[in-house]
Amino acid sequence: MISKTRTHQAALATENPEFYLTDKDHHPEGSTMLGFWLYLMSDCLIFATLFAVYGVLGRNYAAGPSPADLFDLPLVAVNTAMLLFSSITYGFAMLWMARGAKLQTLSWLAVTGVFGAIFLALELYEFSHLIHAGAGPQRSAFLSSFFTLVGTHGLHVTFGIVWLITLMVQVSKYGLTQENQRRLMCLSMFWHFLDVVWIGVFSFVYLMGVLG
Amino acid sequence: MSSHPHAPAHHNAGDTHHGHDGGHDAAHGSFKGYMTGFVLSVILTAIPFWLVMSGAIDSKLLTAVLVMGLGAVQIVVHMIYFLHMNPRSEGGWTIMALIFTIVLVGILLAGSLWIMHHLNANMMPMSPEMMKNMP
Repeated sequence: MISKTRTHQAALATENPEFYLTDKDHHPEGSTMLGFWLYLMSDCLIFATLFAVYGVLGRNYAAGPSPADLFDLPLVAVNTAMLLFSSITYGFAMLWMARGAKLQTLSWLAVTGVFGAIFLALELYEFSHLIHAGAGPQRSAFLSSFFTLVGTHGLHVTFGIVWLITLMVQVSKYGLTQENQRRLMCLSMFWHFLDVVWIGVFSFVYLMGVLG
Repeated sequence: MSSHPHAPAHHNAGDTHHGHDGGHDAAHGSFKGYMTGFVLSVILTAIPFWLVMSGAIDSKLLTAVLVMGLGAVQIVVHMIYFLHMNPRSEGGWTIMALIFTIVLVGILLAGSLWIMHHLNANMMPMSPEMMKNMP
């Protein structure tokens, strides 16, 4: 394995034009990232379907409240900021991981988890507020599709945090091993992907909804 | 991402004898890359929120187009700076999967909205009173 890496690096130095082809043969675990990317793409289709449902049903208020009556844009802005902050802090964790600094990686992962938890808390507050105001998922087709779409995203964030805590325990127990680095990279993709989906949510659901 | 399959070996070797700056390893991105992405995202988030909350533009249609357009740009920014997408990673398979997914998502969204809008438009108009008395 080591000698292979060395010959590979030697090949690199001579500017082997077949770099990307030879590269693939060395580490079978390299396919994990591609596999995880394919999972994310299929997850993307789930969200696309829910967006389509919201796009179709989002104006059917059943004589109930409309988005402009319900949505609190400052709260959504804070929520968006939390998710964006958690994305950049996860980026910092990855940079420290690349340097092999365990403590800093763990600290930034913890900060990421806190931002994610604040995001979830604000979302749950919004949901409970809506349900108490009589605008629960059963009120209208608009609210059903709203709760399904935003709730699915919230569930993803919840599982992302569970995964984050699991990996923090793994890293603190076993260090930044190759396996843990690979897992952290998968979670990195998952976390940033959730932020991408949230861009769609705040643009299409909240901002367009309030715009009317 | 091009260099990532052998990145772990590189780091294990690198830890001991040189503090590497993280600047050349596309798999983990670089500090500069993350900050660029972050600043762009903040700007691209702030503008649509400001547009809608202040009502700076009278035309609702133009505001809507701007909100969706800036959202699309921000998604591209996230893809490049946070998800490190590029046409070469995994021998081009990630970008192929992404393009395929974008095509599917486009068909799904545009098709659903188009068909359901036409179904709606071809229904008999209903007054709110008729709606209330529906079974």
